[in-house]
Amino acid sequence: MTRTVTIDPVTRIEGHAKITVHLDDDGHVADARFHVVEFRGFEKFCEGRSFWEMPGITARICGICPVSHLMASAKAGDAILGVTIPPTAAKLRRLMNWAQLVQSHALSFFHLSGPDLLLGMDSDPAQRNIMGLIEKYPDVARNGIRLRRFGQKVISLLGGESIHPDWAVPGGVRTPLSDENRSVIRRLLPEALDITGLALDMLKDAFDDYRDEETMYGNFPSLFMGLVTPDGGLEHYDGLLRIVDSDGNVLESGVSPARYREVIGEAVEPWSYLKFPYYKPLALRGLNGDAAPPGFYQAGMYRVGPLARLNVCDFAGTPRADSELREFRRLAARGKLVTNSFHYHFARLIEILYCLERIAETVEDPTVTQERVRANAQVNSLVGVGVSEAPRGTLFHEYHVNEDGILQKVNLIIATGNNNLAMNRTVKQIAQFHINGHKLTEGILNRIEHGIRLYDPCLSCSTHAVGHMPMVVQLLDAQGQLIDTITRDA
Amino acid sequence: MMKLLPKIRFATAWLGGCSGCHMSFLDLDERLIDLAGMIELVYSPIADIKEFPENVDVTLVEGAVANVDNLRLALEIRARSRLVVSFGDCAVTGNVPSLRNKLGVDDLLTAVYHEGPGNHPAGNEPDGVMPQLLPKVLPLHQVIAVDAFIPGCPPDTERIWAAVSALLAGEPVVLNPDMRSFG
Ligand code: SF4
Repeated sequence: MTRTVTIDPVTRIEGHAKITVHLDDDGHVADARFHVVEFRGFEKFCEGRSFWEMPGITARICGICPVSHLMASAKAGDAILGVTIPPTAAKLRRLMNWAQLVQSHALSFFHLSGPDLLLGMDSDPAQRNIMGLIEKYPDVARNGIRLRRFGQKVISLLGGESIHPDWAVPGGVRTPLSDENRSVIRRLLPEALDITGLALDMLKDAFDDYRDEETMYGNFPSLFMGLVTPDGGLEHYDGLLRIVDSDGNVLESGVSPARYREVIGEAVEPWSYLKFPYYKPLALRGLNGDAAPPGFYQAGMYRVGPLARLNVCDFAGTPRADSELREFRRLAARGKLVTNSFHYHFARLIEILYCLERIAETVEDPTVTQERVRANAQVNSLVGVGVSEAPRGTLFHEYHVNEDGILQKVNLIIATGNNNLAMNRTVKQIAQFHINGHKLTEGILNRIEHGIRLYDPCLSCSTHAVGHMPMVVQLLDAQGQLIDTITRDA
Repeated sequence: MMKLLPKIRFATAWLGGCSGCHMSFLDLDERLIDLAGMIELVYSPIADIKEFPENVDVTLVEGAVANVDNLRLALEIRARSRLVVSFGDCAVTGNVPSLRNKLGVDDLLTAVYHEGPGNHPAGNEPDGVMPQLLPKVLPLHQVIAVDAFIPGCPPDTERIWAAVSALLAGEPVVLNPDMRSFG
């Protein structure tokens, strides 16, 4: 008889999810699934509202990365207005975006994954949380709290609030950066840089204790996607979409983000509210218009987020981050990419360093306190696409409006969704490694959950996209046999 | 010799929300370290206990009641907590998640997942894993009795600190008028 083990809820991630592990007669893992169980239908109820309201509304999709939605939404608004925003406004938006990466990555590393890494995957579940960390390693916990605080502080200095600031708007931002607030940021920077250096040392020291994790916590070939600057550097606010495979072959060197539908499709499964985006050209290759076999879209699996961004870029562009990046690259064979999701942790810390260096550079820019920060215009285009790199990966907002700016259609692809196929593959890999035939322990289940924490998913964000995307739907009978496959193009 | 007071059994939960209220709670920053000395965090989305425990002193609940899992958890929280706090606008009013109430669950799922036939989660039928969506998203106090409210989207840290300090001191939560606004 087969047996299903359910982990419910998956904890220390943002949002609501369960994991089921399906065991066969011999106690071997037949399959494992990551189910996202929440649904809010966000974009549907945005129809009929004004695009001017969207930064404020979509920020409420997620309390961890409201800034990402603010950025993508304001950028989609810029496109509808048809304006180039004032240079100072662009610098300030970048500043806030970097600050958010710092706070969100710090949260992921210290508050959410820290208890596993420092207290141990098998440690007492009653203590395995940030409060337990405070008791056992007060200095580390305090550092994590202070690093996250740095990011939140910079966000609130710019936008007035650290969560859901009502600041970026179509055409620019509402308020400039005062001289006084600039000095506050300057003053806080050295400590944040020190903490990040310590965290990097701590993680590298821990590598020795995590040899297993390094080999099988989401270690498989896949594609990687992220934004890069026109010359191939690491980028989070603007730029071009690049897609590479794990051998380092570049499949897409620089797609304009507005054309994202040409490369990304989305599949649906009955067991999760989170869709399964895939890279279309690879998934559809060789089909010649024939009916797609079940699960064909798996071939188009790609990863996004810190690991992917460091894999797709040619260089970071700041001195300390570039030197860490060289070390990161040595984790893979020469010319190959780092395919092990355990290294999301390392990539996240490198990105924190990068963001801090960029913030340090930008606050010294004499133009950053200029007061012209908003372009004024009316609706000049009926479609706008805004893309940014959220902490968890590439985020797309696409709006269709009428002449009055009233939304007719909204499409979002959320960072976490892009990793759905990889997250499922990861939980299965970890389950297979640890469970096969062995007795199930709480620690093993926690390891499987850690597989999800690596991707730092943001599930409130991920389950709102309205599907006007090209899509594949498979019809299965009760035995799970494929009856029919329906493909719909954009 | 000083007598150590037993720690307060403290819980936080999220239902249908965006986690922003919890992030604002984490914005207490170093006050969390003080808090760690006073409370035992017995259940929370940022901790690993999967079953809501018995004999909890105080529970902060973020989010509205949107599906049967939320409903079940809300009832458990009420039965097992001395004090339940409706934490943030989603819990207090339904806020953003309740914007879907004007649309039917079926229409919404069809619109979101595809316009044609297919197999998205059933939404309103139980299948053992995916929780059924409630026809309407409800604020917490329409489902269980609530002892205190902290409004705000999210409530800022000063409100949270004012409310939590009162609760830990065993006093009623009385927020200043300027701490009673929405948004
Ligand atoms: S009240 Fe606001 S911050 Fe809190 S969960 Fe709801 S939308 Fe998020």
